[in-house]
Amino acid sequence: MSDNALIKVTDLHKIYGELHALDGVSTEIKKGEVVVIIGPSGSGKSTFLRSLNLLEEPSSGKIEFEGVDITDKKVDINIHRQKMGMVFQHFNLFPHMTVLRNLTLAPMKLHKISKEQAEKEAMELLQKVGLADRANAYPSQLSGGQKQRIAIVRALAMKPDVMLFDEPTSALDPEMVGEVLEVMQSLAKEGMTMVVVTHEMGFAKEAATRVIFMDEGKMVEENTPDEFFSCPKTDRCKDFLSKVLV
Amino acid sequence: MTETITKWFADFKADFILNFIDGNRWQLLLDGLASTLKITACAVLLGIAIGIVIAAIRSSHDKNQTKLRGLGGFILKIFNAVAKLYLTVIRGTPVVVQLMIMYFVIFASSNNKFLIAVLAFGINSGAYVAEIFRSGIMAVDEGQMEAGRSLGLNYFQTMIYIIIPQAFKTVLPTLANEFIVLLKETSVAGYVGMTDLTRAGDMIRGVTFSAFMPLIAVALIYLVMVIILTKLVSILERRLRNSER
Repeated sequence: MSDNALIKVTDLHKIYGELHALDGVSTEIKKGEVVVIIGPSGSGKSTFLRSLNLLEEPSSGKIEFEGVDITDKKVDINIHRQKMGMVFQHFNLFPHMTVLRNLTLAPMKLHKISKEQAEKEAMELLQKVGLADRANAYPSQLSGGQKQRIAIVRALAMKPDVMLFDEPTSALDPEMVGEVLEVMQSLAKEGMTMVVVTHEMGFAKEAATRVIFMDEGKMVEENTPDEFFSCPKTDRCKDFLSKVLV
Repeated sequence: MTETITKWFADFKADFILNFIDGNRWQLLLDGLASTLKITACAVLLGIAIGIVIAAIRSSHDKNQTKLRGLGGFILKIFNAVAKLYLTVIRGTPVVVQLMIMYFVIFASSNNKFLIAVLAFGINSGAYVAEIFRSGIMAVDEGQMEAGRSLGLNYFQTMIYIIIPQAFKTVLPTLANEFIVLLKETSVAGYVGMTDLTRAGDMIRGVTFSAFMPLIAVALIYLVMVIILTKLVSILERRLRNSER
């Protein structure tokens, strides 16, 4: 395993009954990389992403995170999940808590920091995404774009080493996609390691350091965005790109 | 005509004095009311405690059915079976029978009627509260558990801080209904010699040989309590709803 590989996936399989959702996926994600995973729906890209923090339990294969095999049953996954932030398609903010409490809950319970400290850090994060004035609002009072920005900083509040994005803009109205992508782009610029499942080809072109194309549970192609979009190697990939790039 | 009305009022007054004022009989009703309230309050607390535990076991089992393995999974399966048995037995038999079994069989050697009544009603209520909580927990969006777990919170922490508060909100009206039912159900406490509100009314009837006055009074007191409780719940509900806006 090379020194700077943050996540190393080896021969990952996931089988749901008849469906082979992941069919032998292997890859390495290095520190500072922004990996964008694209592919048709049902290709296993979300399953792959959700396997990285074991929200989906793989049927077989190995996932090493920071040198630890987290698929080992003896490993306390909760400790490693603290280092892997996740952003969901449907935000999944806690509706019974204010924005501020959404951000401070996990750091207070898991990092054992004081309420003052947690709130101070949360306010700094909120400032960064321009939502400091909504600290005391409840999630139901926010627009979709605001909710997703809050969800991103909620994950960041745990100071993760990697951020996993599961179609973060798919549930948003078109005019709100931009504000969320902006936050993600600035995060990428700051050097955050990111794995992003998305349909936003623009984001893939601009922010990705590597693009992975998945189909039928396999990684069909991976390349730099420039190479990937200008001259895809496989027919399957060409076909897909011709349909999504207008 | 006026004569009959006057006579009716005079009778009513005499009846009232006989049933409530003479021999300080109102005191009996008041003591009975206090005992009804005490039994209900303690049984509610016991019922909630039992209900949360049983609901947690049942919903953990149901939601993780595919992932159960090892010793932990085995223990959960046993707990779930015990919980199911408890629910079946308690919900399948009348509360008054459960109360009498408690008093005359299980705790035959004890004479602490209050404690036995609280146990019987609490254990009974727990079964209903458990199913109410379980439906509430199952109704919380799956993404909430995932969000909590993805932050590194463990299953238990996610349940306590994220799932149960939301579940509680959804089930509050149903839960309140269950407590109103419980308040009325304690009226069978007289079967084991407790002097609750109902029994107090019945005792007055036994002495004065007039049924109307004491029984109507008892009914009115229950009615007023239920109306007040219902009102309190709707206030609480509105508050909880406002907190999300």
